[in-house]
Amino acid sequence: MKKKWFTLFVLPIATLLLAGCSFKQTGQSITAVGSSALQPLVEAAGDEFTKENPGEFINVQGGGSGTGLSQIQTGSVEIGNSDLYASQKSGIDASKLVDHKVAVVGVTPVINRKIPVKNLTTTQLAKIFSGDITNWQQLGGPDQEIVVINRAQGSGTRDTFERWVMKGRSAVQAQEQDSTGMVRQIVATTPGAISYMAFPYVDKTVKTVNVDGITPTAKHVTTNQWQIWSYEHMYTNGQPSGLTARFMAYILSDSIQDKVVAKMGYIPVKDMQVSRSLQGKVVEINHEK
Amino acid sequence: MKNDDIRASLLKRSRAAKNERFGKILTGLCILIIITVVVAIFYFVASKGLATFFTDKVNLWKFLTGTIWNPGTTDAQGNPQVGALPMIVGSFGVTFLAAIVATPFAIGAAVFMTEISPKVGRKVLQPVIELLVGIPSVVYGFIGLSVVVPFVRRTFGGSGFGILSGTFVLFVMILPTVTSMTIDALNSVPRNYREASLALGATRWQTIYKVVLRASTSGIITAVVFGMSRAFGEALAVQMVIGNAMLLPSNLISPASTLTSVLTMGMGNSVMGSLSNNALWSLALLLLIMPLIFNIIIRKIAKKGAMR
Repeated sequence: MKKKWFTLFVLPIATLLLAGCSFKQTGQSITAVGSSALQPLVEAAGDEFTKENPGEFINVQGGGSGTGLSQIQTGSVEIGNSDLYASQKSGIDASKLVDHKVAVVGVTPVINRKIPVKNLTTTQLAKIFSGDITNWQQLGGPDQEIVVINRAQGSGTRDTFERWVMKGRSAVQAQEQDSTGMVRQIVATTPGAISYMAFPYVDKTVKTVNVDGITPTAKHVTTNQWQIWSYEHMYTNGQPSGLTARFMAYILSDSIQDKVVAKMGYIPVKDMQVSRSLQGKVVEINHEK
Repeated sequence: MKNDDIRASLLKRSRAAKNERFGKILTGLCILIIITVVVAIFYFVASKGLATFFTDKVNLWKFLTGTIWNPGTTDAQGNPQVGALPMIVGSFGVTFLAAIVATPFAIGAAVFMTEISPKVGRKVLQPVIELLVGIPSVVYGFIGLSVVVPFVRRTFGGSGFGILSGTFVLFVMILPTVTSMTIDALNSVPRNYREASLALGATRWQTIYKVVLRASTSGIITAVVFGMSRAFGEALAVQMVIGNAMLLPSNLISPASTLTSVLTMGMGNSVMGSLSNNALWSLALLLLIMPLIFNIIIRKIAKKGAMR
């Protein structure tokens, strides 16, 4: 009888208490939270880092750019990942955060495979996403209604796309999805669907289109011919130190930038022949060699 | 001396009384913890959700009746665009439609399992229904996305995403809940009601229709309400099939959105303390309050409709 009581009450309480204290890892660890577009890259780099430095761990979590920025702002994590400049996000005091641009990612419009359209102009794209063009016929395609699929408001990919394509036009209220995976699935299966996604996520189930005759390739991003791209930021609260500093240096090192970054479909920052400021000003970089 | 011993033992708490007090404290503590958690949740959601109206000065009426949801931007007058009506309509739309579709099926199945063929009901249908309850909602959502959406698209046109698809998915999700609770309601009708009815010469159908169902009305209504609150709060499965467009739905096959789907989509993309985040908390507050009001109203109805 006594034993039953014990199990019934003490066990759950013990569980709650145990949940409160985490197991102490033997080594050091830091946590990086935020952008799901950047997550796979940081995870891969973190794995490599742990391999080379046993006992030092990088915990990587998703949650979105907004989560990343607000968590780093409050100092609850060591690194906040974001697709956006911190100052672009309302409610973030960017002055305390230090920006580390670890990669560049291109964003491309994708359409359902059955639509034979190969090229769109920026104006046409803007008109599609603002709801002025509603049928593929108007773009030289078949008589098929255009199904616009957006990412959720505040998503880094959406912000990038709207900044460089919509240029101030407001988007039509359309379907929204909160993950690139869902977008890809829906574009692949819905006739007449159009959306956009980061280069690393594009696969055979969807079709990319050229914008103003430029193909969406890493090479065109490095020269800014393909304008729809953004930096991937890793923010630290103040100048990084200790393990955080070493990990930031590691992810920016040539070995990671050349092997991991490029292999996963991102573009290494050092390959960029232009740099673009927060305001969108493009400056050519002179690579002295 | 002897008297003193007796006196002392009478005045001292007995073992049984101690045990009882121990039990009281223990169970009371459990209740206290649960109440604390509930109050804390209410307080937290309310403090965050009301900030939209007090800190950001959004008009409550405009929040409930506005049709444009765009918390990041402001309209011509500089007011933030936080109109929650499309989501409110979407949430109630799928909830009521799913309940309307599910109720007849649930009652039919329950009548079959309790009145017509209890043996088959217990042996075959009961396990099936229990299995349905245990399926995670993401599985329902995935089936909805790959089966229901294309089906709706082919049959009714449109993109397939919309309230209709949401209704179909939710219908399957709440059916087991409503059915099993209806079964309980029917089983709780006293046996002598049925016997009296049969003795009066009523057929089995007349007994079911005029006696059993009437006697268990309040139980059935409770079952439906439970189903509805599950439908109202369901996020993942609905989000996958409804399309998530913050538009006032013009018909059942145009993309719409629900309170829950907007919440799950927006949370990761907004920053704590900003207006877009507070607006989401206001939606959460709505989600918390609506079923509460709902429950109270239906309870009143059930009380009135109970057996005279």
